[in-house]
Amino acid sequence: MANTADSSQQIAHSAPVTGPVLGNDGRPLKASLAKSLRRQKLRALGLIAPLLIFVLLTFIAPIADMLFRSVENNIVGDVLPRTVVALKDWDATTGELPDNATFKAMALDLKEAVEDKSHTRLGSRLNYEQSGISSLFRQTGRKVKRLDVEETTDFVAAFEKMNKKWVDVENWQTIKAFSGRFTDGYFLAAADLTKGPEGVERVPENQQIYYTLLLRTLKMSMIITISCILLGYPIAFLLATLPLRTSNLLLILVLLPFWTSLLVRTSAWKVLLQQQGVINDTLVWLGVVADNARLELINNQTGTIIAMTHILLPFMILPLFSVMKTIPPSYVRAAKSLGANDWTAFWRVYFPQSVPGIGAGSILCFILSIGYYITPEIVGGTKGVFISNRIAYHISSSLNWGLAAALGTLLLVVVLGLYWLYDKFVGIDNVKLG
Amino acid sequence: MTANSHDDAFVVFDRVQKSYDGEILVVKDLNLQIAKGEFLTMLGPSGSGKTTCLMMLAGFETATSGDIRLGGSPINNIPPHKRGIGMVFQNYALFPHMTVGENLAFPLEVRKMGKSEREAKVKRALDMVQMGEFAGRRPAQLSGGQQQRIALARALVFDAELVLMDEPLGALDKQLREHMQFEIKHIHENLGITVVYVTHDQSEALTMSDRIAVFNDGVIQQLAPPEDLYERPENSFCAQFIGENNTLMGTVESVSDGVAAITLDDGAKVRGLAVNCGGPGSRTTMSLRPERVYVGGEEGLVTTEAEVKELIYLGDHIRCRMHVHGNDEFVVKVPNAAGHTHLQVGEKTMISWETADCRALDA
Repeated sequence: MANTADSSQQIAHSAPVTGPVLGNDGRPLKASLAKSLRRQKLRALGLIAPLLIFVLLTFIAPIADMLFRSVENNIVGDVLPRTVVALKDWDATTGELPDNATFKAMALDLKEAVEDKSHTRLGSRLNYEQSGISSLFRQTGRKVKRLDVEETTDFVAAFEKMNKKWVDVENWQTIKAFSGRFTDGYFLAAADLTKGPEGVERVPENQQIYYTLLLRTLKMSMIITISCILLGYPIAFLLATLPLRTSNLLLILVLLPFWTSLLVRTSAWKVLLQQQGVINDTLVWLGVVADNARLELINNQTGTIIAMTHILLPFMILPLFSVMKTIPPSYVRAAKSLGANDWTAFWRVYFPQSVPGIGAGSILCFILSIGYYITPEIVGGTKGVFISNRIAYHISSSLNWGLAAALGTLLLVVVLGLYWLYDKFVGIDNVKLG
Repeated sequence: MTANSHDDAFVVFDRVQKSYDGEILVVKDLNLQIAKGEFLTMLGPSGSGKTTCLMMLAGFETATSGDIRLGGSPINNIPPHKRGIGMVFQNYALFPHMTVGENLAFPLEVRKMGKSEREAKVKRALDMVQMGEFAGRRPAQLSGGQQQRIALARALVFDAELVLMDEPLGALDKQLREHMQFEIKHIHENLGITVVYVTHDQSEALTMSDRIAVFNDGVIQQLAPPEDLYERPENSFCAQFIGENNTLMGTVESVSDGVAAITLDDGAKVRGLAVNCGGPGSRTTMSLRPERVYVGGEEGLVTTEAEVKELIYLGDHIRCRMHVHGNDEFVVKVPNAAGHTHLQVGEKTMISWETADCRALDA
């Protein structure tokens, strides 16, 4: 407040002076100032340069490349240049096959593609959109070598001889639909949509997975974050109010999980939670549950929620603790001296001031859990996996990097959207890490 | 300390002890009666137990033994929020997430008071501290002095009969502090409330209090009105702690008619009022205020010799540091009156004082 008042006064003072303020050497003061600060700025830049370059090369650039892959579709145009040109004039909606010239173009393109085997890569690319097209390209690739382009006149018949699928209009529709340099196909697939001849349509219900997965990821991340708040708040409160020596000891216990490998911790949950595991055995022994009705605590959403809550708890406790540490005990005392009982003093005075800590912890937990994949992979079974597990699958198993990138981008957009909503309703300056 | 005197008093500490660790007593055997409408200040250095006493009265600390009574009934087991005691904290403790108006309405809300009554009371309390226009502001938008006023208003808004203040003016600059001292004093007089005020600033205590309890080492050293405390300290701690003080160490030779004859450590013989000095042969600290020492020998006064070490001109008086019987820090204030004695550094002169102004206290 005081600062703004001061600076506005300064502005008011300097306003009557016409033209730029000059230093005693007759040069504009601003220029002299910039010159004197340039050295410092360069030195500062030099100091952060190694990290900046490291981050740019190993983080920003790969991410940018990955995001680009979600729309990039050069392979069709590169492998089938003639076919793509020929298909331009073909109307895919009529249900008729392309003309003979198009088939000829395809033959020429394939003959070249077979040389460097790029037709198989094209096959797997198009197979994401239309299953079966991969084997079509592989088979044709073998046979097209023997096709004499100079002698043949009826290419349609020749292709039909090589593989009957070539007279199936659907395959040609797919090739035409994905012949552009850029595609929205990956994003459509990530949203459970597909490009039919009449435009965008939903995929059949039994194939819709990503929408469900995204919803499940968001819902479970929310549940995990809320569990972290419920479990972490009392501990953070205890840590912040206990004498320093005791609270330091407890803080070490909170941080202890960080010292053990994530895999070890998650595997420990497997031992504890499985149907013949420690928890179920204990419950059966106590007679709480019957032996033939043991609880299913693992390989489902319950398992994921329990294990992830445990893993993310420190990320909730630490910001909460550091915020609570800054709340002077005199506030609660003041509230009590004013007549508030313990609960009112907590709820009306202490809690509102700890909200920034809850905000910071929730953002940390939520964003971490939305992208988590090791723990759901191990304890989640099929019903408890997250969208990130699907991304990992497409990156390392199905090698459909475009779809993985599209899913990743979608996740990023959802997180940014939630962040924006959070800023709008809670305010990002309401987040405090201490 | 009869049962009768307990009943008259509004606040009573009866043989109260407090220990945090079970080894050291922070408050040792405290007995204190505070009358209704009194302004009592607990004054003492940090760690003397004064704040602990205040916190026990507020209910944030429990007495290890002894009784605390408020209006005749023991409050040891009553939680703070049921004691109905207003409190002003050192850092004001205004709730940062509420506006000034909401801060003031808080104690009324928890008392389930109706909205119109609440608003009237908040307005009256704000007007009392001349902050009527600030109800919509947040505490962070106010200056220190303004926050102080709001904290005061909040402690008063629910008509508490007893208000505790824990060094409320500590964070303010000197001018504002002095202004607020008068304001608090006026509010106290106008409302007739009882105030227990904790401070380590003696001038604050002297300005505002009806009585001052000087704390040291968990014990009340002296409980007296400001005048008495300054002019008639009962022990050497109070003499040192309140105001400026010259000391001379010596041994009591004899005591007669309340006057002690004392041999100072360098052999000089002086007389002083026997206040707290024990019998012949015991060590004593002679306490003497700088403004009660005159330069020059005079008939009927105690006269002794001194050497001028340093002179500081302060306008209305000249501060003269002297060497007197082994004490190098003996200060005399020479009034800058017409024709006053002009001293030189290194000059040897006689100084004198009334026997009654020189108090022989405990060593």
